[in-house]
Amino acid sequence: MAQVKSRSKPKRAKTTRKKSTGSAAANEQATLRAEEVTVIYPTALGEGVHALEKVSLSMGPGDFVVALGASGCGKTTFLNLLAGFIQPTHGQVTLGGKPIAGPGADRGVVFQKHALLPWLKVLQNVTFGLKLQGVQKEKRREMARKYINLVGLKDFEDKNIYELSGGMQQRVGLARALTSDPAALLMDEPLGALDALTRDNMQELILDVWRETNKAIFFITHSVEEALFLATKLIVMSPRPGRITHEYDLDFCHRFFECRDARKVKSMPDFIKMREEIITIIRGDELEGGNIHV
Amino acid sequence: MSDVTVREGAYLSRFGKLFSAGPVKPGDSFGAPGMGNSTSIAIATAIALFALWWIVTAPGLGPMIKPLFLPSPGQVWAKFISVSTEGYQDRTLGEHTWASVQRIFVAFFLAAVIGIPIGIAMATNRVFRGIFDPPIEFYRPLPPLGYLPLTVIWFGIGETQKLVLLFLAMFAPMVLNTRAGVRSVAIEQIHAAYSLGASRAQVLWHVILKGAMPEILTGMRIGIGFGWTTLVAAELVATESGLGAMIMSASEFLVTSVVIMGIIVIGIIAYSFDLLMRWIERKVVPWKGRV
Ligand SMILES: Nc1ncnc2c1ncn2[C@@H]1O[C@H](COP(=O)(O)OP(=O)(O)O)[C@@H](O)[C@H]1O
Ligand SMILES: [Mg+2]
Repeated sequence: MAQVKSRSKPKRAKTTRKKSTGSAAANEQATLRAEEVTVIYPTALGEGVHALEKVSLSMGPGDFVVALGASGCGKTTFLNLLAGFIQPTHGQVTLGGKPIAGPGADRGVVFQKHALLPWLKVLQNVTFGLKLQGVQKEKRREMARKYINLVGLKDFEDKNIYELSGGMQQRVGLARALTSDPAALLMDEPLGALDALTRDNMQELILDVWRETNKAIFFITHSVEEALFLATKLIVMSPRPGRITHEYDLDFCHRFFECRDARKVKSMPDFIKMREEIITIIRGDELEGGNIHV
Repeated sequence: MSDVTVREGAYLSRFGKLFSAGPVKPGDSFGAPGMGNSTSIAIATAIALFALWWIVTAPGLGPMIKPLFLPSPGQVWAKFISVSTEGYQDRTLGEHTWASVQRIFVAFFLAAVIGIPIGIAMATNRVFRGIFDPPIEFYRPLPPLGYLPLTVIWFGIGETQKLVLLFLAMFAPMVLNTRAGVRSVAIEQIHAAYSLGASRAQVLWHVILKGAMPEILTGMRIGIGFGWTTLVAAELVATESGLGAMIMSASEFLVTSVVIMGIIVIGIIAYSFDLLMRWIERKVVPWKGRV
């Protein structure tokens, strides 16, 4: 299927767009770009798994890109590429024009789980990146506090990780990634393990953090509703081979900033229409692959 | 008559329940293997065994088992007192114990200082793995008594030979557990550290080493356990000091009470160390099994 571009109305989006910090050159400096990347995982027999086939994407400051798609369509593979955990078979990934050779502090990653360090308290987890960079103890505490407050963990600084609920742990992960002040934030199903209510709260929190910091975000989810709510740009991926089949520019997040009522945004007629359309696409992919669960 | 059968039936069904997967109490999960508390049963077993020992060795009409084979608890206790104060073979129980504990700890220290870094190197580097895997995997299943003669030929009959034997017994479990610990570190934690700008050395120090800590401590615990297991073999040759040496010489002169006393002392000390290690584990890695 050909790429479908720009379905929803961007008319309001442009006017409410957040403060555009820095010049165009600075934006270019922080632009994460995948150029026709192909990833083929080797297999014992046959020609290998085409996890990604000529996928291109560009994201700069203020972009909230959400990837959606049937399981196995290469979303995690794509995030791993952007993060530098794997290298493409063909094509390249660049940040500010320079090819990415591996992971680095310029791209923060928020994982689904198991990524916090349980031998460190909450505050030490959040300051961990600064400690690695050799920032003085007092200084790094001061820098971390800003993000700890931002994610609402002020009273939990001295708690152990394993004493926190799943939602709080994800907030620690978010604060930790933000504290290193990366150009882009990459998140792989960060809310996948949370209950519905916590998940809704975290969505709003992530939007607020995004607006506050104006970072480029790449966000993977299984939830169509979550994707529509958060994204400024939604990409729908399909498996065998993994590729981007649809792209949409959205502004539901800006509507949320206007009314601060997530339920209202999520029950708008065009939101629902969009949701059904995308569910149909993904269900088609899932059925084709023999996965009935969506 | 019918009363008796009813009661028998009740006992039988109660006995059957011990092995059935019946309804569970609150807080337990259906089908979880081995649930329920076994402390009271364990205490009962210990008391029963002790009582059995007491009965079969009771003097009375002449003990069921002769003291040569199994002295009574009273005789063993008397030996404990006399060896503690007067000593056995010119050394008191305290001196024997101190000699053994010293050997075990020197060997334990060496095994930890050498074994843990080698375990980490093996888990993180294929060259080290290639070099150390064959010799360790080869000697690990060998019984210490099997290579004891070789250690005597190579290291003589002095203190070195004893330390080498204890060291070898502790070294393998420490290396293998450290290796397993490094491999058990979540790749997400490692990726997270790199994404925060960590260097390889920083990942090794701040993530891998810390993440492997629970298994490293388990390795140390198993290692020191193996040390006590090997103690008698280590003190078999040309020494008069140490609990193992004391037991061996007592067995030569058929002083069974000293043999049993020595075994019990080793058992108690080894068990105490195990408890100490578990306590340290709870202090050092409180997050173990909770993430
Ligand atoms: N390390 C790997 N080795 C081989 N195949 C892999 C590996 N990782 C993922 N794949 C395959 O690549 C495809 C895409 O996987 P993934 O990126 O995890 O998909 P998603 O995150 O969208 O569910 C799947 O078919 C998966 O089986
Ligand atoms: Mg995935």
